[in-house]
Amino acid sequence: MIRALLAVLRRDLLLAMRQRGDVANVLLFFVIVITMFPLGVGPDKDTLRLIAPGIVWVAALLAAILSLGRLFALDYADGTLEQILLSGQPLSLTVLGKIAAHWLMTGAPITALSIMLAMVFDMAVGPGATLVASLLLGTPSLSLIGAVGAALTLGLRGAGVLVTLLVLPLYVPVLICGALAVNASVGGLSPVPWLMILGALSLGATALAPWAIAAALRVSVE
Amino acid sequence: MIEAIELQCERGHRRLFDRLSFVVSAGQCLHIAGDNGAGKTSLLRILCGLLRPTSGEVRWQGRPIGKVRDEYGADLVYVGHLNGVKDDLTAAENLRTWAAMAGLSVGAEQVAQALRLLAIERFSRWPAGQLSQGQKRRIGLARLSLAGRAHLWILDEPFNALDRRGVATLNQLIERHVAGGGAVVLTTHQAWEAPVPVVRLDLVAEAGS
Repeated sequence: MIRALLAVLRRDLLLAMRQRGDVANVLLFFVIVITMFPLGVGPDKDTLRLIAPGIVWVAALLAAILSLGRLFALDYADGTLEQILLSGQPLSLTVLGKIAAHWLMTGAPITALSIMLAMVFDMAVGPGATLVASLLLGTPSLSLIGAVGAALTLGLRGAGVLVTLLVLPLYVPVLICGALAVNASVGGLSPVPWLMILGALSLGATALAPWAIAAALRVSVE
Repeated sequence: MIEAIELQCERGHRRLFDRLSFVVSAGQCLHIAGDNGAGKTSLLRILCGLLRPTSGEVRWQGRPIGKVRDEYGADLVYVGHLNGVKDDLTAAENLRTWAAMAGLSVGAEQVAQALRLLAIERFSRWPAGQLSQGQKRRIGLARLSLAGRAHLWILDEPFNALDRRGVATLNQLIERHVAGGGAVVLTTHQAWEAPVPVVRLDLVAEAGS
């Protein structure tokens, strides 16, 4: 069973290696959205430092949503999704492999990029580290929750917009906890409680989302 | 082996078939014929468990397939309209990942053998996207020779896009599978000289609803 999970994970990473542009586009989008803010808000250092965590988090949400469209759609179009459904392996596990690959291609590099972005926005070491930690703990839930939306809208017309409307409200708790963790750190408080909630959200989503995704996929493939 | 009981299927307010019952046992080959839109593909998808019938049920080894999905999946190879082949992977990679996802342990030699059998070993290092439709079909069909322990083959228009030698190879595979106690359910709208005795099921498109 775990072998099937690893097989899907390996396959998706291999496909990403062959289509590096798709991964790069999402990351480029993430960086470009963030660079828009200083242009719109103005170059005042204090303001930017204040809003930086919010900007990075919102950009991470948008980048995650942007990447959802391809999560199941390609497998659906070429028939490999049918094969996964009929593979005789528990679908919720195989799906977890796909989500792990998705996180490694979006959440993980976004977290890595945020180290650089924290420096760009002149954040102090403490809040900067909190931002990175909050993304590390929070982005898995973005992939997991997003995958539920992607599975539900699979094969529908206008799936891209629909998935955004469906998933963004569900991202709100993650966004709030992520931003509050950094704010606590800026204010000299301990960010640990918020980080723990973020971790709990990710763990909860890991436990529940695969079932929902599996059920949604079975319906969508009909 | 597999039993359809009183199947009814409606797609978009149109009834495709009603009260359809049949049994396919080990060593049998069921050939589903019918015009376009008669519901051949829908019937196959119902048999696989990809589509739920409007009413009725499909049983495998006497149990409803929805209850034994994983065991049933392990005993089944489905080659659908879509080949389930990734354009960015090579033929060999496609087969290896498919086998790994199905929980089969196949070595490089077995994959090479399957590719040789379907005469695509020369292209095994090419990305599948650069291959022709017929060659991709062959990659899809190569799964049949990899999944040695699966008893039931469900093939949707397997002869599409195949050349004459491809058809002969597939006939050979079917013959060997049926002789070995396997069961085959397939659709084709072409004239097919079956290599084994077949049970023929004609689906007639019902007029109106």
